[in-house]
Amino acid sequence: MRTDDPETGRRWHDMGGDAAGPAPGPDHDFALWEKRVDALVQIAQAKGVFTVDGLRRALEDMGPDAFETMTYYERWVAALAQNLIEHGVVTVAELDARMAQVAARGETYGDAQGAAE
Amino acid sequence: MTRALPQVTPPPFAPPCPVGTPCLAPGDVVRVLPGGGGPGHVRTPWYLRGAVGRIERICGDFPNPEELAYGRDGRPARTLYRVRFAMAELWGARAERPEDTLDAEIFEPWLEPVHAS
Repeated sequence: MRTDDPETGRRWHDMGGDAAGPAPGPDHDFALWEKRVDALVQIAQAKGVFTVDGLRRALEDMGPDAFETMTYYERWVAALAQNLIEHGVVTVAELDARMAQVAARGETYGDAQGAAE
Repeated sequence: MTRALPQVTPPPFAPPCPVGTPCLAPGDVVRVLPGGGGPGHVRTPWYLRGAVGRIERICGDFPNPEELAYGRDGRPARTLYRVRFAMAELWGARAERPEDTLDAEIFEPWLEPVHAS
């Protein structure tokens, strides 16, 4: 795993020129929640409460462990949340309460719609 | 030291975005600054630090992304340049095609003029 190098100032995410291996092909679709994360990012930008620069900064500061263990859109939604908290759009407590409420609906969209009852 | 310097043909039109008083001009030889070892969101990739190239064009003035990343307004705007590098300059003996070139867009605070002797 790459780490920040305090000797040179090269940060963990700055991978340009390193061996990257094969590029994954376009043989995957996006889940509904991933499309919603993309939409949230677009809306937050249009509202002027978020920038792609802030997204990148938050992703970088999440560190190499997050890069290895979280998926692309998991990292995006975490970085978006970080930026919205910093911008004062939501508080930590509000976000926690809402996430608990959503989690209580169930594991799947079917559960959330009451299919499990 | 002999460095491979690519030739440039600046585009025959004005920068597509507003530009104030750029310190550099197409054709100028520049060195990318090495940067410090400190924290922060940095918009100049590691593999270009310290490399010498030539200004290919002026792109315009844009809010500083290294400030936008932290929720500030990025003012004053900084001049963005497209800089052309020889692959041999960037990768040395590792360059697969040393005569190829690479263009990168870099903000003025990261560039210093090199006066050819």
